[in-house]
Amino acid sequence: MPSAIELERRAIRKRLDRRRIAVAAASSIVVIGGLVAIVVTSPGWPTFQQTFFDWGYAREVLPGIAEGFKVDLVVVFFSTILIAAMAMAIALLRTTRAAAFAPFRILATLYVDLFRGIPLLLVLYLIGFGLPALGISWLPTNPAVLGTIAISVTYSAYVAEVIRSGILSIHPSQRAAARSLGLTQSQTMRHVVLPQALRRVVPPLLNDFVSLLKDVSLVSVLGVVEGVRRAQIYNAESFNYTPYVVAAILFLILTIPLTRFTDHVLARSIARQNAQGNA
Amino acid sequence: MSATPATPVLELRSVRKSFGTELVLRDVDLVVAEHTVTVLIGSSGSGKSTLLRCVNQLEQIDDGVVLFDGIDIADPRVSHDDVRKRIGIVFQAFNLFPHMTVLDNITLAPRRVHGVGRAEAEARALELLERFTLADKASQYPDRLSGGQQQRVAIVRALTVSPRLMLFDEVTSALDPVLVNEVLAVVRDLRVDGMTMVIATHEMGFATQVADEVCFLSGGVIVERGTPEQVIREPRDPRTREFLRRVHEAGRL
Repeated sequence: MPSAIELERRAIRKRLDRRRIAVAAASSIVVIGGLVAIVVTSPGWPTFQQTFFDWGYAREVLPGIAEGFKVDLVVVFFSTILIAAMAMAIALLRTTRAAAFAPFRILATLYVDLFRGIPLLLVLYLIGFGLPALGISWLPTNPAVLGTIAISVTYSAYVAEVIRSGILSIHPSQRAAARSLGLTQSQTMRHVVLPQALRRVVPPLLNDFVSLLKDVSLVSVLGVVEGVRRAQIYNAESFNYTPYVVAAILFLILTIPLTRFTDHVLARSIARQNAQGNA
Repeated sequence: MSATPATPVLELRSVRKSFGTELVLRDVDLVVAEHTVTVLIGSSGSGKSTLLRCVNQLEQIDDGVVLFDGIDIADPRVSHDDVRKRIGIVFQAFNLFPHMTVLDNITLAPRRVHGVGRAEAEARALELLERFTLADKASQYPDRLSGGQQQRVAIVRALTVSPRLMLFDEVTSALDPVLVNEVLAVVRDLRVDGMTMVIATHEMGFATQVADEVCFLSGGVIVERGTPEQVIREPRDPRTREFLRRVHEAGRL
């Protein structure tokens, strides 16, 4: 049974909490309400509403855009697999100390320098139009496939650097502890360093993934008709921008839950490992 | 505020703390007068660390009162930061900031929290480092130091803002016996200075030397308390005897 003092403390805590919630609510209403008011009362609001939020038209174009959006998803799916494999390989090559891998280390560094430095659009053109131009018979010619390769090439350079920074952030004492147990260099990497490093880089990786989700629509420059391109076609027919909004909403439906989910997973893993406290 | 001489620096009344369903502190009472040293002994999991963390507000207590200079600091309206400004704590695992030099570790709080100028903060830090023969390590990073050196730096870091109370949470448990001595020597020095301290430790010899009062904790209760002679030399409670016998067997008495 709590003492009178503890009961009073709980009452005070509750009161302070209530005050915090009230302040948060009031400030939210003022800020968000203010922003909404500014937009809704603007002179162009009715026209704006019609060109960007025509719900009747939205329903009409939704099936077509959704169809195109499927292409985006397929490209995301395959490029994610490619990126994960390539980025991991590059990150490992760049952090390995084995002498025999020296040339690969240099190549990996060059690869990162090169493809991180060239705009994605140029890489798309280079691979999308350049590869077929070589006339090698066994190379793919499907623009969606070429687009997937181009995106994977650029993104693997970025993601490799994120993974490498995670690997480098693990304290050397962890490596020492693992090696002293008799684990080899690569076992140490696989069982001790990488699991910690990857957990640490989940937020930046998610960042890259969300950015990938949006960038896949760039494959449309190779002639692939995906979601955004489809919206563009509708827009060209009707001069109404609602199809773009529909495409934007489709992307958001994907990215927002994903972000929340990852935050949740991360919070849980942190809570599991760290002692609780008031700090 | 200045406390009257009769007001103890720290007083715990019926402090209770549980983690989930596990009761870690069961209505603990403790009085620490100014310029005295209280040593907490007891096996791991007896609640020593939790008691210290509750004093420093790193854990929120479930019931009871923690009076610091006569003021209940468990009151939600009392700022944790203000309390912590006046209490120094040293951890078992040092917890130095690895990305800062020794000097930056020590001057961080004086400069950022207490508003001391860089020159003054560094002068004070160097003075303390000098005193504990660490002056040549000022520009080193913590990872380059031995465990004993790191722990002494951690003590200096806590000490540099002239806290009213120092808490030591098994500060030698991660050190070998030689290094243990260099750290304990620092604590003995602080006792001579008249620093008020609460120390959780497994070093019974050290406890006997520095303690004004020894408290033996078991299962979240202070089972026995008194002078070191009473508690460590002539324990009355069977649980204290059992604990000391096991410590003795481990060769640490």
